[in-house]
Amino acid sequence: MAGSGTAHLRDDPDVVFSVRNLTVEYAGRRGERVFAVSDVSFDARRGETIGLVGESGCGKSSVARAIMQLPPPTKGSVVLDGIELTELKGAALRRQRRKLQMIFQDPISSLNPLRKVKDIIAEGLRVHGGLTSEEVGTRTRTMIERVGLDPDSAADHRPHEFSGGQCQRISIARAMVLDPELVICDEPVSALDVSVQAQIMNLLAEMKQRYRLTMVFIAHDLAVVKNLSDRIVVMYLGKVCEVANSDDLFAAPAHPYTRALVQSIPEPDPDAPIQEAALSGDLPSPLNPPSGCRFRTRCPLAQDICATEEPQIREVRPGRFAACHFPLEEPIAVARPTEAVPV
Amino acid sequence: MARFLLLLLLVSIAVFMLLELIPGDPVDALVPEGATPEMREQVRELYGLNDPLLQRYASWLGGVLQGDFGRSFQTRLPVAEAIAERAPVSLELAVLAMVVALAISVPVGVWSAYRPGGWVDRVATLVTSATLATPSFVLGILLVYVFGVQLKVLPILGWVPFSQDPVQHFSHLVLPVLTLAAGECVLFTRLLRGDMLATLQQDHVLSARARGLPTWRILARHALRQSSFSLVTVSGVVIGRLIGGTVIVESIFSLPGMGSLVVNAIISRDFIVVQSVVLLTALIYLLMNTLVDLTYPLLDPRVRKATS
Repeated sequence: MAGSGTAHLRDDPDVVFSVRNLTVEYAGRRGERVFAVSDVSFDARRGETIGLVGESGCGKSSVARAIMQLPPPTKGSVVLDGIELTELKGAALRRQRRKLQMIFQDPISSLNPLRKVKDIIAEGLRVHGGLTSEEVGTRTRTMIERVGLDPDSAADHRPHEFSGGQCQRISIARAMVLDPELVICDEPVSALDVSVQAQIMNLLAEMKQRYRLTMVFIAHDLAVVKNLSDRIVVMYLGKVCEVANSDDLFAAPAHPYTRALVQSIPEPDPDAPIQEAALSGDLPSPLNPPSGCRFRTRCPLAQDICATEEPQIREVRPGRFAACHFPLEEPIAVARPTEAVPV
Repeated sequence: MARFLLLLLLVSIAVFMLLELIPGDPVDALVPEGATPEMREQVRELYGLNDPLLQRYASWLGGVLQGDFGRSFQTRLPVAEAIAERAPVSLELAVLAMVVALAISVPVGVWSAYRPGGWVDRVATLVTSATLATPSFVLGILLVYVFGVQLKVLPILGWVPFSQDPVQHFSHLVLPVLTLAAGECVLFTRLLRGDMLATLQQDHVLSARARGLPTWRILARHALRQSSFSLVTVSGVVIGRLIGGTVIVESIFSLPGMGSLVVNAIISRDFIVVQSVVLLTALIYLLMNTLVDLTYPLLDPRVRKATS
């Protein structure tokens, strides 16, 4: 996999957000280069949710940070609503920030413990100005209500008095009150109990509908993004493997890595045979990524060419983009690959 | 409050006993050399040194509660008077040193945590390490040499009362205050930088930036308050220590503060003065710590809830 290329970007007036050739590199502890994100591209239409999926350490969060310009990417472009964010600085960038908001994984650390809920939510509105304090108050109350909390009892309390799920609701309110164009959710439910996860996912789905929100939803678990996402981007070690519509991706993965991820979703059937781990080994180090296709060291289908030539993202079937020299054929049995295929 | 008083009582007992246990006879300091045993006995009787321990403690404590710390063995003047004369000097020195130390360390600490490895941080690290390695008497003498002797812009030593000449008063204070502040400044900067670094890692700071808040607002309103607990705690201890007298700095600059009072008293075995100053210092410490405890709920509303 380990694909570069932009074949999957859509030429569509409805595309409001695009990331092109995004590269994030930073200096490691001993001054070496860490290749966190290499040449990642994707785009989103208005109201569309992009699921960004991959193992821990594959660069998902680095992509999120780079989109937020916190800090800006090493290379590449991030365009929101026709504005190139990577070229903005200082006050101009701060004015654009209202349009792209983020929801974090850790509900506790993402809220300032010393401030009241109403101040946490209202602060962005106050700073961006143009509203009277009554308007700020009304919008804040409305938003607290919309995320399913009671404004009368919640507004004057502080984050430590709420559960993790409630804190995540406050975070969502804090982001949504600014009426953003794009919301990046960085594993927003990974730290929550399973029962609460569903509530928060439902709330996000509701917000998406109500505001026709464009979202980038990051998760390490395909099952989590499956229902909410319209389009899924699978990442591996800083590169894009596969891009497809959500349903198609699950029905027939084209990239061996995607297949492994799909297989690793647990079956809710207790009688289902226990599958062997679909992937063995660890993620290689981003300090020194494998040559050619970055997935080749763990890929059951790897050939010689995979080590020498990096696969480009291409349309392997209509509407299906993958970066692989040997994409999987369409009606594929989503079963474990048989042991070493005899050549 | 009850705990506060109990502590104070324990401190007074400890202070009283401490001096009982010191080897040497206070009478030595009171009688001229070569005094006869009869004379010594007379003096003992006069100062009540022959009374039982408990009685002496009770009468001393009784006096202290009425503001009477007794009379100095050396000068025969009331101890309270000597302290009243010296305390304002140490107090002023302490307060000014604290103000200077905080005025420097808060912005430097905040900025070096905001841009770790940046030039402010690197310069601050260099300067703080250098200051840390320099004892205050070396620094004091160095400052005297540079500003007093070479540049001749500041007076070297002595004390001019404010009422006499305000300008001279403060120009005499510049070097001692800088010397005192330097050491504390290092401590405060390091403490604040460490706590700020931890706070700035939190997602809510990232979220504040994502919402487009100005940097100063994020640092001052979101991060500083959350990072100031250790600083406040240590400030309380430090100001207690400074008010109690700073022996070395007062000696270098010959300032008539509590530090030099205590040193002279120790040298001349004027135990009653030592006793009183130590008791007073302990009281100040306790007061400062109580004050610090009272500021926690202001800084952190979660503490407010827990204690109410």
